[in-house]
Amino acid sequence: MAALQTMQGVPQAGDYIRILPEIVLSIFGMIVMLLDPVLDERRSQRTLGGIALLGAIAALAATLYQAQPRFWGFGFFDTVKLDAFSVFFHFVVIAVTILVILSSYEYMEVQQIRAGEYYGLVLFGTVGMALMSSAVELVLIFIALEISSISTYILAGFRRRSAISSESSVKYFLLGSFATAFFLYGVALMFGATGSTSIARISAALADYAGTGHGPMLAYLGVALMFVGLGFKVAAAPFHIWTPDVYEGAPSPVVGFMSTAPKAAVFAVLLRIIFEAHFSETVWLIWLAAALSMTIGNVAALVQDNIKRLLAYSSIAHAGYLLIAFASLPANGIPAAMFFTASYAAMNVGAFAVIGHFAGHGERYVMLEDYAGLGKRSPVLAAILTVFLLSLIGIPITGGFFAKFYVFSAALQGAHPLMGLVIIGVINSAVAAYYYLRVIVVMYMREPREDAPVAPISAGLGLALGLSLAATLFLGIYPNPVLKYAALSVGLLH
Amino acid sequence: MVPLSYYLVLSGILFACGVTGFLIKRNIITIFMSIELMLNGVNLSFVAFAARWQQLSGQVFVFFVMVVAAAEAAVGLAIIIALFRTRETLNIDQVNLLKL
Repeated sequence: MAALQTMQGVPQAGDYIRILPEIVLSIFGMIVMLLDPVLDERRSQRTLGGIALLGAIAALAATLYQAQPRFWGFGFFDTVKLDAFSVFFHFVVIAVTILVILSSYEYMEVQQIRAGEYYGLVLFGTVGMALMSSAVELVLIFIALEISSISTYILAGFRRRSAISSESSVKYFLLGSFATAFFLYGVALMFGATGSTSIARISAALADYAGTGHGPMLAYLGVALMFVGLGFKVAAAPFHIWTPDVYEGAPSPVVGFMSTAPKAAVFAVLLRIIFEAHFSETVWLIWLAAALSMTIGNVAALVQDNIKRLLAYSSIAHAGYLLIAFASLPANGIPAAMFFTASYAAMNVGAFAVIGHFAGHGERYVMLEDYAGLGKRSPVLAAILTVFLLSLIGIPITGGFFAKFYVFSAALQGAHPLMGLVIIGVINSAVAAYYYLRVIVVMYMREPREDAPVAPISAGLGLALGLSLAATLFLGIYPNPVLKYAALSVGLLH
Repeated sequence: MVPLSYYLVLSGILFACGVTGFLIKRNIITIFMSIELMLNGVNLSFVAFAARWQQLSGQVFVFFVMVVAAAEAAVGLAIIIALFRTRETLNIDQVNLLKL
């Protein structure tokens, strides 16, 4: 009853500041949806995209505003918690949204898709993802997860006339809802074990259990089921089957979006659940998922000829590397995981922006052999893609290097270093280098199959590419500020 | 009074029925209905646990689950219609352009 009694009050101004970016994004999302039927169908794309871009930039400003520590704390009856951790993920998610909107601009025109609700859905999806990273109550986490998922289900099928796009959307939708049901069952069992859905109170109730000696079986089952549901959303093996199919069929900028922003948000939820509720006993589960994801992702990527499928398997493998940080000690694991999500977001959004641009009308050019001779046909595009691919391998002076470095070194610290997992991870990184380098070799060493020049890069796309390139290199050359900010949240979660 | 475990077992059976249906049925609409069955199994355990803990929050959660399930159904059916328009089939075995 305690929860209900605290709900009698009225939200204060501070509460609204704690969800300011979400409010801004929702308002702009609604403006886009309202303007869509009013504007001329053929020319609405630029206007609506501009409004969405404005909204995302305003939300980023709102995030910077709420980053002042005086606003930090609980809001809305202890369902939302603003701290360095949620600010960090707000920033990552909204920055990804800006890049995606910028690169969608040209893509939608080339594909001749009616923009309409596209930008609205991107903004609404971002609301869910931002809310996920600040939610500390399982009810709110569930709703935020669904806001983000439902938007991405629709976005995956946005090339409506294309059969593979709607197929990808149906597969994503069915398997996504299936996973959500598992997550919910986990929440139900957790509620049954502890009598609460607030993460802090669950954590306290579990600490009481520890005194009595008998293990809370129901809670363990609950957290395992929640891990199944969330593992699906981040495409960790063995829940990764949907990933290549969905990524192949969905529009490229959308793939760039859904392989980074929702993943970052779900990893934020996982960090909160695993570290705040002290589920370190489930490490073996994470260990297994990490090892499987890295191995399956990298081995399957070796034989892919479609670049979108290749990057889909690479994204499974990256979920595996990231899970290593979850199995480590919180003091090192949390900042390593946060840094990893940020740098992965920067390079992956950029890579998919290049792929979306090169794919052309109807996404015709997505096979590896289409990339033959790209180094000659469009040196700039090839050079940019090369940087992102090198970063995905983990070559120094790119963000990918420090991402992997911090994760591996976090795993090796503490009383029980995860030597086995790190060895698997390092071997996998070496295997992964083969298929990324294969793309680079095809681009530079092979003769072009056709000499037709690649379409020039538009201003919006150029800006998106420049920003993600800058972020990737910045994280690779000067990672300290980001890492220091991420380290602020260690005490907050633990 | 019916013991708590009866409700939990029933909710487990409902959830398992849903999982089985999801895995063996071939029609997309039926698969979708199986997911709804899983969610209803979850709802039953929420209500049972809410009675066990004397906490209303469990029952409130059920309302949220139902609302979200309704939203998901609206979007899901639209996606299924879009698929039917391009493929003219709802058999999941024939929806196989993307290799699994």
